[in-house]
Amino acid sequence: MHCPKCHAPMHTYNRNGVQIEQCSGCRGIFLDYGELEALTRLEAQWSQPAPPPPGAPHAYPAPPAPAWGAPHGGHHGHHRHKSFGHMLFSS
Amino acid sequence: MSSDLLRRLAARAEAAAHAGPARCPCGGTATLADRPDATVVRHAGTVAKAHAPGTDPAELALRLATAARLPDVLLPPLRPEPVTVDDRLVTFWPYGVPVDPDAPQAAPWEAAAALLARLHRTPVRTPLPAMRGPAKAARALARLRAAGPHPAAPPVLRAWAALPAWARAEAPQPDAATLCHGDLHLGQLVRHPAPDGPWRLIDVDDLGTGVAAWDLARPAAWYACGLLPPEEWTRFLDAYRAAGGPAVPAAGDPWAALDVPARALTVQTAALAIVRAAAARRPLDEVEQAVVNACARMSALPPRPGHGGA
Repeated sequence: MHCPKCHAPMHTYNRNGVQIEQCSGCRGIFLDYGELEALTRLEAQWSQPAPPPPGAPHAYPAPPAPAWGAPHGGHHGHHRHKSFGHMLFSS
Repeated sequence: MSSDLLRRLAARAEAAAHAGPARCPCGGTATLADRPDATVVRHAGTVAKAHAPGTDPAELALRLATAARLPDVLLPPLRPEPVTVDDRLVTFWPYGVPVDPDAPQAAPWEAAAALLARLHRTPVRTPLPAMRGPAKAARALARLRAAGPHPAAPPVLRAWAALPAWARAEAPQPDAATLCHGDLHLGQLVRHPAPDGPWRLIDVDDLGTGVAAWDLARPAAWYACGLLPPEEWTRFLDAYRAAGGPAVPAAGDPWAALDVPARALTVQTAALAIVRAAAARRPLDEVEQAVVNACARMSALPPRPGHGGA
């Protein structure tokens, strides 16, 4: 993936389970849907004296996924891969 | 051979289109699909489908009758009985507009989910053959074995072996009372009447009674493999639940019901991806590799007995 601003390649980093794309040129950061909220949540957890009680509702809970699923339930980016496009339509 | 069939099928489609009371705008006959398991042609508003060689006529007749009986869910056939063309059973359908393969982001997830929920809630009053999803998965695995050794095959074969017998079509499915489609993907939806009528399900070849979660298992598998964005999976699952679909509990974690079918569809998809990549003498692409990787993770986490309707 390339930076939408300066077109330099972007590198993916994982910070506490949140996937962040950072541009190697201008150091700009690209967040997927829900990632800003996830970071805000993490920050709140760090600054709060006590953790929220277990089972407290999250702002944007990720839908449950099986244990054999892809790590972080993470998906392969915003653009759909051509091969997945084919998969969507075939038996 | 295939071109003979195509020609005769086109002639039948044209004759069927011209048999109606309306004047046919004509404009030639298009081939919509020409695969070993199905040849489909279209002439104006009429589609003719030659089913796979060896299709059981009695079973196809029951499946066709089901589509005729449920026009709010399934595209109804133009004729209640198949005809025979070159030893192939042929059925006739009205043309419907499919999902645009170049715009899968416009996928009608809500409509697909609502149609499945309605199908799964339909009482089964007449005898119907079993839904053929597991049989199809078994056939994909047979193709993988026939394709010869491949470095990506072992984890796929291991994940397959860990599935319960019913999911491998080696035992009856644990549900014989629920009506299922058996092969849901985005190519199985059309708008009828064209161009902007309501969405309907097409392709009755795998329709039958069985484990309803199988019909949710392709989107579930795509989501689990990290291919389908969580938002789209959530839209599909929420719409299915909102429409009273019985395959998963109305709330909470749906994966106890989805686990085995989603594993089976992941294994089937991986098997066919390897077969295709091997035939084209190319490496697996990123998406195909993601599905094989999911199979590898499954081996370390065998399905729990009692999960997925087993």
